[in-house]
Formats: sequence, C-alpha cells, structure tokens
Amino acid sequence: MIDTMTIRLQRFLRRILTRPRIDLPLAMALILLAMVGLVTLYSASDSSLSMVSGQAARFVLGAALLLLISRIPPSVLRNWTPWLYLASTAFLVIVAVLGEGRGANRWLNLGVMRFQPSELLKLTMPMMVAWYLHPRQLPPRWKDIAVVGLLIAVPVALIVKQPDLGTALLVAAAGAFALFLSGMAWWRMGLIVAAVGGMIPVAWHFLHQYQRDRVLTLLNPESDPLGNGWHIIQSQIAVGSGGMYGKGFQQSTQSRLDFLPEHTTDFIFAVFSEEFGLVGVIGLIVLYAFIIGRCLWIAMEARDTYSRLLAGALGMSFFVYVFVNGGMVAGMLPVVGVPMPMVSYGGTSAVSLLVGFGVLMSIHANRKMHE
Amino acid sequence: MKIRRSFKDTRGESALFQRRAVVGFLLILLSFGLLVSRFHFLQVTHHDEFATRSTNNSVKPRAIPPARGLIYDRNGVLLADNVPAFRLEVVPDKVPDMQALLTELGKVVPLGQDDLDAFKKQQAQSRRFDSVPLKLHLTEDEIDRFAVNRWRFPGVDVVPYLTRHYPLGPLFAHVVGYVSRIDTDDLDRLDPDEYKGTSHVGRTGLERYYEDVLHGKPGYELDEVNADGRIQQVLKTIPPTPGTNLYLSIDVRMQKAAVAAFEGRPGAAVAIDPRNGQVLAMVSVPSFDPNLFVNGIGRADYTALTTDVDKPLLDRALKGAYPPGSTVKPFLALGGLEYGIRRPEDTVLSTGQFCLPGQTRCYRDDTRGGDGTVNMVRAIEKSTNTYFYRLALDMGIDRLSSWMSRFSFGGKTGIDLTGEADGILPSREWKAKRSKQGWFPGETVIAGIGQGYWAVTPLQLGHAMATLAGHGMPYLPRLVMATRASGDARPQMLANPPSGPSLIQKPSDWNVINEGMRAVITGGTGKGLNDGFPYPIAGKSGTAERFSRTSDAYDTNKNSAHLAARHRAWFEAYTPADDPKIAAAAVLEAGAWGAKDAGPIVRKIFDTWLLMQGSTAPSDTPLPYQSLPAPAGSVSVEDQPVESSSSEGGP
Repeated sequence: MIDTMTIRLQRFLRRILTRPRIDLPLAMALILLAMVGLVTLYSASDSSLSMVSGQAARFVLGAALLLLISRIPPSVLRNWTPWLYLASTAFLVIVAVLGEGRGANRWLNLGVMRFQPSELLKLTMPMMVAWYLHPRQLPPRWKDIAVVGLLIAVPVALIVKQPDLGTALLVAAAGAFALFLSGMAWWRMGLIVAAVGGMIPVAWHFLHQYQRDRVLTLLNPESDPLGNGWHIIQSQIAVGSGGMYGKGFQQSTQSRLDFLPEHTTDFIFAVFSEEFGLVGVIGLIVLYAFIIGRCLWIAMEARDTYSRLLAGALGMSFFVYVFVNGGMVAGMLPVVGVPMPMVSYGGTSAVSLLVGFGVLMSIHANRKMHE
Repeated sequence: MKIRRSFKDTRGESALFQRRAVVGFLLILLSFGLLVSRFHFLQVTHHDEFATRSTNNSVKPRAIPPARGLIYDRNGVLLADNVPAFRLEVVPDKVPDMQALLTELGKVVPLGQDDLDAFKKQQAQSRRFDSVPLKLHLTEDEIDRFAVNRWRFPGVDVVPYLTRHYPLGPLFAHVVGYVSRIDTDDLDRLDPDEYKGTSHVGRTGLERYYEDVLHGKPGYELDEVNADGRIQQVLKTIPPTPGTNLYLSIDVRMQKAAVAAFEGRPGAAVAIDPRNGQVLAMVSVPSFDPNLFVNGIGRADYTALTTDVDKPLLDRALKGAYPPGSTVKPFLALGGLEYGIRRPEDTVLSTGQFCLPGQTRCYRDDTRGGDGTVNMVRAIEKSTNTYFYRLALDMGIDRLSSWMSRFSFGGKTGIDLTGEADGILPSREWKAKRSKQGWFPGETVIAGIGQGYWAVTPLQLGHAMATLAGHGMPYLPRLVMATRASGDARPQMLANPPSGPSLIQKPSDWNVINEGMRAVITGGTGKGLNDGFPYPIAGKSGTAERFSRTSDAYDTNKNSAHLAARHRAWFEAYTPADDPKIAAAAVLEAGAWGAKDAGPIVRKIFDTWLLMQGSTAPSDTPLPYQSLPAPAGSVSVEDQPVESSSSEGGP
C-alpha cells in the first residue's frame, strides 16, 4: 500500500520535473522579477544575507507549489472551488473570533504554523466568482451580479474588520475583475461605481481612526511628523532624489540612514527608485506589464469560461498590487499595507502569488487547441 | 441550470472576453502610464528639490515623553512623584552577539532573570535599531561600574529617565495605585503616537483611572544626525505637555489615622463628606509597597505578596464584599417610612423568636426573650431583629431591593476608580440568574437584617451612609477633588453635582432615622463612642456571621477570639448628627462585635477629622482649601506628625 503510494508519488514528482507544463515566457519573466526582488532586498536590508536567503527560500517553496499546482487540471480546481471558498471564509470567521496578532487580528495559529486566512482569499475569491459565472448565461444580469456581489462582500467585510484594508482591497478587486471580464454591461458597471462612490462618506464613518489618519495625512503630510506623514515625506524624498538614472546599487542614503521606514517591506520600491532612478522604475513596470499581459493572453486561450475568468482576474489583480504600492511610495495613494509583488520582503504574499501563477500555468497547459 | 446551459453562446462569450481583456489591459497600461508620470514628476521635474532635501536630510524627529502628572493630597502633600533614575539600554542592531554581550554585561551589572525576560519580550517587539531598556533603576554603584567598562559594550548605554515614586508607600497603595512597564496588551490599546518614548502606564487605582489626564502629550525634537545616526545637534524642540496634576480630597493625616486605627487587623474603612461626595479617607489593611511594582516586581517579592494569607494586594474597600448585617437596618427603616409601610410610632412585639406561618424553623432576636414592644427608633437602637423581619416581609423583596439599590447596594457607586465590586443585593432577579428555585419568603425575612445573600463593600456602605447623612442627597464618591493642568496657576476644583434628586421625600423621615442612630450611640450598642467628642455622633453597628447558623441555640461562649473567628464587625456613623459633615463605614474581617471592635476605628477617624478642623467648632464650609504649595516645595509628610487622639496612634 505504502509502496505503491511512494511509487506513485515518485512518478508524479518525476513528471513535474521532467515535463513541466509551464508557459516559458511567463516563467522567465517571473524568474527575472524574483532576481530583481532579491537584488533590491540585498541593498534595502543593508546586505543582510539572512533576509535574502530567507526570501529566496520562500521563492523556492513558492516555485515548488507552482509546479505542483500546474499539474492539477482546471476542471479539478473547479470542482474544489466552492469548498475552498467556504473553507477560507470559515477560517476568516475563526480568526475574527479568536485570532491573534498584535493590533490586527489576522493570524490563525495552527500549532505548526501561523498563517493569514485572508491570504487564501486572494486566490479562492476569483475562483469562486469564476465558478459561479461559469455555467450562467453571460453577460451576467442583475441577479447574478447581486449573487457575485454578496460572494465578494462577505469575506471582504471580514477582512476589513480585522483590520487589513490592503488585503481587503486586493480580494475585492480580484472578484470584481472576474465580473468585469465576464462582460458585465458598461452601464451596469457605471451604476455600481456610482453607488459605491455614494457610499464613501458612509464607509468613512466605519473606518478605524488610524485608517482615517492615513488618508488625511496624505493631504497634509507635514501635520504628522512622527507618524505616517514622516513615511510619506521620506518616501518621496527617496524617490525624487533618485532622479533619472538613480544613485546606483547600494547607494540609497534614505534607507541606509534609517530615514525611510519599512524599507524592506512596504516601502522597498522607494529604495529601488532611489537606486535605479526613473529608468529602473520604467523597466520594472514594463516587466510587470508584460507579466499581466501574458496572463491575459493565457486567459484568452483558455478552454472554458471558468479558466478564462480565473486567469484574467488573477492577472489583473496583480496590477492592483503594483499600482497601489507604487502609488503609495510616490505619495499618490494613502499608506495601505499592500506589498510590491515579489520585491517586498515577507513570506505569505510571495508564496500565495506563486501559487496563483501555478493555477495560471495549469490553465495554460489545458488551453484550447487552435483550429 | 440545464436549460440555461443550452442558451450559453460559448463562441460569443469567448469573443466578449477577448474584448474585455483587451480593454482591461489598455486601462492597466493607462494606469501604469499615470504611475510613471508621477515618478517622472518626482524624479525628473522635481529631482533637484528632492536631491537637495536628500543630501540635507540629516534631521530626524525624536519623541520626548511628557512628565507624568503628580498626585497630591488635599493639602499638597506629594503622593506620587517623578524622580530621575538611570537605566541600561541596548541597541540590538549594534550588538553582533547578544548572548555573549548579556553574559559579559551580567558580570559588570547584575541582571536578574526578570530583566532578561522583559528585555527579550520587548526586543522581539521593537525594530532592531530601536533602543531597548535592559535594566531599569540602576544604583549608583552599578552606574559607576558600567562607566568604567563602557568601552567593552558598544550599543549599550546608560540613559536617564523619570520613574514614578510613591513617597508614602503602602499608605495610598490601593487608592493611588501604581504605574508599571507597558506590556504587549497595553500596546494594543494605547495610541502609539501618544506613547512614543513612554515606558510606563497607569496600572491600578487613580494612576489607571486618570491615565488620560496624567499622561500628558509627547513633544519631539528635530535632531541633526551624522552618517552613523549619532545626534550632532538639536535643531528644534517642541516640548512635551506634562500631564495634569491631581489633588485628592483625602488628607494624609486622616488616612494615616485610619490605617493606625486598625492596628494591623485586616479590614477597610471609607469616610466621605456627605455634602459633596468627597472621599476623606479610604483604607484597606494590610497594604503593600507600590514602589515594588514600578520597575517590575521581583519574583520573590511577588510570591510573598500573593501568598500572604492577609491578601495585602486586595483592595478591601473597593473589592471586598462582606455580609452587612445590622448596618442595613437604618436604610430599611427609612424605606419603610418612605413607602408608607411604617409610621414611626408603629410598634412590634419582640419575643426573641419570629416565625413564619407554617414553618417550623424560626428566626431569632439577638437578645434572649426579645426586646419587648419597640417602635422604629427603639428598634434601630436595640437592633431588634423581629422588627426588621416583619418590616422586610411587609415591604416584600421587590420593593426592598429596589429601595436599597438607590443607595448603590448591589451596584457601582461610581467612584473614580476601576474594578469596583458590585457586592450582592438580594433580589428575585439576582437569584433567578443563579438558581432554578424561586424566591422564598424566608429569604426576604433574613434580608431584613442584612443576612442571607447580602454582600456589600466598605465603599458601598460608606457611600450609603454619606447619602443618608446628607439627607438623601446622592453624590458620586470622588477621590480627586481638583486638577492642575500644566499652565494653570491654581488647581481647578472639579464639579461634582448631585447625581440625582434626594432619596428622601419627607424631611421628617430623616429625623426619625437620625434619632434612632443617635440612640444607638447614647444607649445602644455604640454606648460610650461619643465620650469626649464635642459633636453628637449617630451610628449603627453590624455583626455579620461568616457561616450560617446550624442550630437555634444561643452561643454561650463569649470568648472574643472565638467570636472574632466567626464574625465580621461593621460600624457606620456620621457626625455632627444635627448637621452631618463626615460619614464613615469600617469593617473588621475578624471582629467579635461591630460596635466594640469597629466602632473605635470610626471614632478615631472622626477624632482626626476634628483635629483638622483647626478648632473644636466645626466650620460651615467643606474642608478649607488651604494654600496649595507648588509641587517642588511640597511638604514632606514626616514633617507633619499626626496627632491622633488614640493612644495607639502613629503609623
């Protein structure tokens, strides 16, 4: 029994390694991005080899998961989807009841490891929306839109409550993109955007004080020299002083002298901008745009609605990371805890991103045959 | 679903998706363009400006914690002070091998396990370039020894700070409370911006209740730093706003006299001015030294305090709930009058036994054979149980508990401290929450003499006595009488208006109760307590049994040690009876008889109060506001010997 299982497992692992079902351009772009990330981290962390090797280890783990998941056909994923969605939402409820973590209740301790259930939703949310829309007549009508709205709203509300505005934004965007890609009529989208816009004053009322402060400090950073205003000012000085070509690798004075807070995590892109200048920024953004474009290409070639919507939504939510983090670093958007994908230091987001790309690889492997 | 599927236009959907994907990608490119233009704006258009700011960026803000507000007694005697001290701080970033450093450092400056544990905890919470306190409150000797060896320990420094000191130690430990180091739970609830650079937070007592006003507001300075991050010069300082100073209505001398009156026996006492709710004394015996907790209490000290059978850490005045016994009788009598159930002249025949119809077990009077025919005044004087059994029964438990709750029995008095115990006011609702059995009439009977489920705290009884003495005018008990914010020249009195209308509708009712409580002192259990005191005292004793009686037999063992083991002794009183200016309640955990054992404690409190009036004639105004000296020149308590009239005076 055990023997046959080990043999099966061996065969499975060999298949993953010898015949990986991956999209080469996307894989190359991700490897390039990971290398840029590690190089930037090496500089931002003051040449801390332990941090760089730790991050590299996470990339390896993420890559292994990517290869593993790329072997699971999208049809199997589709069958699992409702359960995965329900399980991850249930975890959120558990965290809301008995979570731990300083300040914000977002961690769940499983004894062996601690993880953030909200991280799972970044994947299970677009899966669930795609699963729901898959058998329906598209473009969706109000009834289906309302159901999808509810599927998005429940977990997002739980994540906002934690409070983790950044992740909530990413999860909501992933679901919304699936709806957008399903061909939802423009006028319907217009109506919803207008309604959400009207809700902003109400939502303001429900924000935590520190979240309001972050928005207000963006308007007047000098008002808060010890808190968020300091982050915003120092980040802009870092970016602006980088100039066209940057100060050069490991020449970032802002992070080296501890002026820039969180310079290995949320604000690492400021270090990158300072060292590599506008040229570097444009280069990195082009790389990101290529990855997103390739994801959408894979989505267009996908075999069924589920795969199409899922692949497209995952690719487009990647954009939200880059835009929100870049906007924050450049003082254009409020300080929200969204990492720069594959560049910011920190485990869970890198691993969950790579798992998402694993799903994309699987969709690519099972694409429709060209006539 | 099946039918729907047949409608699905797979090819059309795919085309629709392609259009959307293309539109989406174009929008993404547009957004990226926006992002790049913002970077262009910062990195090219405004590059020169930011480059200059970057090269000149050698200025870092550094938080300056505010000085915590001081706490004084009503005459300006310092109860909580800030004293300069030194602590060892370590910047983990500059230490290559922390374990080796701690081992080596431990040979120069002894480091306890407590210090190391706290350090590791805090280190895990801080960023590695933040300075983390390792050992607080260094001695001169330790500072000297470290100074000599300093070159061996890069990243370690001696840093001055202000630490809290309670000059009077145990005397105000339960009232003022103490501050202690901010821990992980505190970090969750405190505003990090307000507490930058602050190491301590109010943990108990007034230190906790008034944390918001005591803390103050941090300032900051802009430091010019060199490439290593060392401060070259301070460019600009926004000074912190010190916390607000508090002035208690308690007089240190009164507090001392009250503690002394207990002669070390466990118990508590509370004295309140019935005219405004100001707390004049609030003691719980035994007490502890709050200074032990400020910089982290050692394990041995803590174990000693927690294992002490007399529980010095327990604030008996606030949290100790004891059966009140006969002390509830005046309140019950007043309720009888107010509800119109009793007239003062109505009499009851006390035969020594009170039996409910149809029950074999009866309820006893304290005197064998009873007190004969008693009216209300006589019933209070003699503490005649039968009178109050019948009154409670006529009133019914619902009216009884509703009336008593107006004196804050069974609830919070609203004093400016946290953690007040509710005690227990017997009621149907209270019992329904704990038992499936309904309310029995017998439970109403014993509620009439303060037995059964009853439990009250000394604060509740003191507050109730003050409310009664003040002709029913309820005031929230207040420990803090005045505050002085930084910038105020003089302390500002805090307003404490009555918390509601008077509980007494007919003024004549009050006279009856007053007469009864006067009679307790002139001819009842409290006889002799007024001797040598210029003003009439009115009071009532209470002796509650700690265990329920197993038989109706009278205990003939009059050995007071034997009785003390099973009794709680209460005394409540106010004076002057014709125009009450102070009300007090005291409990002894092991007292044979309320009047004999707890009575003298209340009397000693009154004696000290009298001394503080400055003359034998009581003044019309609340305790005069003597000139409040500036904090720096405050009078040391040792200079003001307490002249207690009791022979056992002194701390």
